[in-house]
Amino acid sequence: MSSETKSELPLYEVFIRSKNGLDHKHVGSLHAADAEMALTNARDVYTRRGEGVSIWVVKSTDIVASSPEDRGSFYEPSDDKLYRHPTFFKLPDEVGHM
Amino acid sequence: MTDQKMHFDYLLRLGDNSLILGQRLAEWCGHAPMLEEDLALTNIGLDLLGQARMLLAYAGEVEGKGRDEDRLAFHRDTMAWRNLLLLEQPNGDFAHTMARQLFFDAFQYQQFAGLCSSSDERLAGIAAKSLKEITYHRRHSTDWVIRLGDGTEESHERMQRAVDSLWGYVPEMFDMDAVDDAMVAAGIGVDVAALRGEWDRYIDEVFAEATLSRPEDSWSVRGSREGKHSEHLGYLLAEMQFLPRAYPDAKW
Repeated sequence: MSSETKSELPLYEVFIRSKNGLDHKHVGSLHAADAEMALTNARDVYTRRGEGVSIWVVKSTDIVASSPEDRGSFYEPSDDKLYRHPTFFKLPDEVGHM
Repeated sequence: MTDQKMHFDYLLRLGDNSLILGQRLAEWCGHAPMLEEDLALTNIGLDLLGQARMLLAYAGEVEGKGRDEDRLAFHRDTMAWRNLLLLEQPNGDFAHTMARQLFFDAFQYQQFAGLCSSSDERLAGIAAKSLKEITYHRRHSTDWVIRLGDGTEESHERMQRAVDSLWGYVPEMFDMDAVDDAMVAAGIGVDVAALRGEWDRYIDEVFAEATLSRPEDSWSVRGSREGKHSEHLGYLLAEMQFLPRAYPDAKW
């Protein structure tokens, strides 16, 4: 189902990595005519133009999401299969934290 | 005019430009074509207001008569304002606002790039801080002029009309007078007359991409440097200054 109407510009999802952040986090969405406009809008709306950030914008329609009904088969398939979890190996000390 | 008076006047011109355009952009708040653009316009307005505060506060100090930024902003009448006539023009439709913005952004970008190496270190500092903002402003207005010019039949027509109707305010930006000459000689100011060629190149490129035609240089108005303004500034100031004028001693 598309929530897009003729009078509205397409929806974009915005992901931002802050100055000291390691990964891009989804911060929200906005309407824009194209990716370039989405970027400038995202800058105004979500970053207050703080320097050193990276912005990703993605058309909402390009995102495929898992559906709640798939939960069982998607995320709980291996709990009872211990051999799938690599927990039986002893890590050498030199490796440190993994 | 003494050097100090000229220095004050020069800073006042820069500050007034930012303040009056910032005030115009504030009028868009809640009325822009879409939410995101509403934020962009007010953001740019806030940038300009910030520039105006720095410049007017400094101007007040140079003048040395105890006038601070508020005194200069709220207790000066039309004749004492030095902003370019272009900037006090009404917002009109969105195309009109974007044409005004592009003309000024392209100009201010060059002007402030030059001011970054002013011998007046405080002014150079203000210019360097502002230039980052102005770079973004120019990108924003350039983007919109191209979008509208190269958009639908109606948006093209409106964009062209806006460009045509504001074209006569362009030459004033590149005027030089005694104050400008003195400031250039002192290494403080920028020779704006020398910026016209670069400005034209930039604007012509934008026009080409926006499928807009460059208007003929058939008319022009000027006068802001002597405090001669269009009929619009008085109304703008009446609205902007009402409260501080009604309660001159109030603190907020």
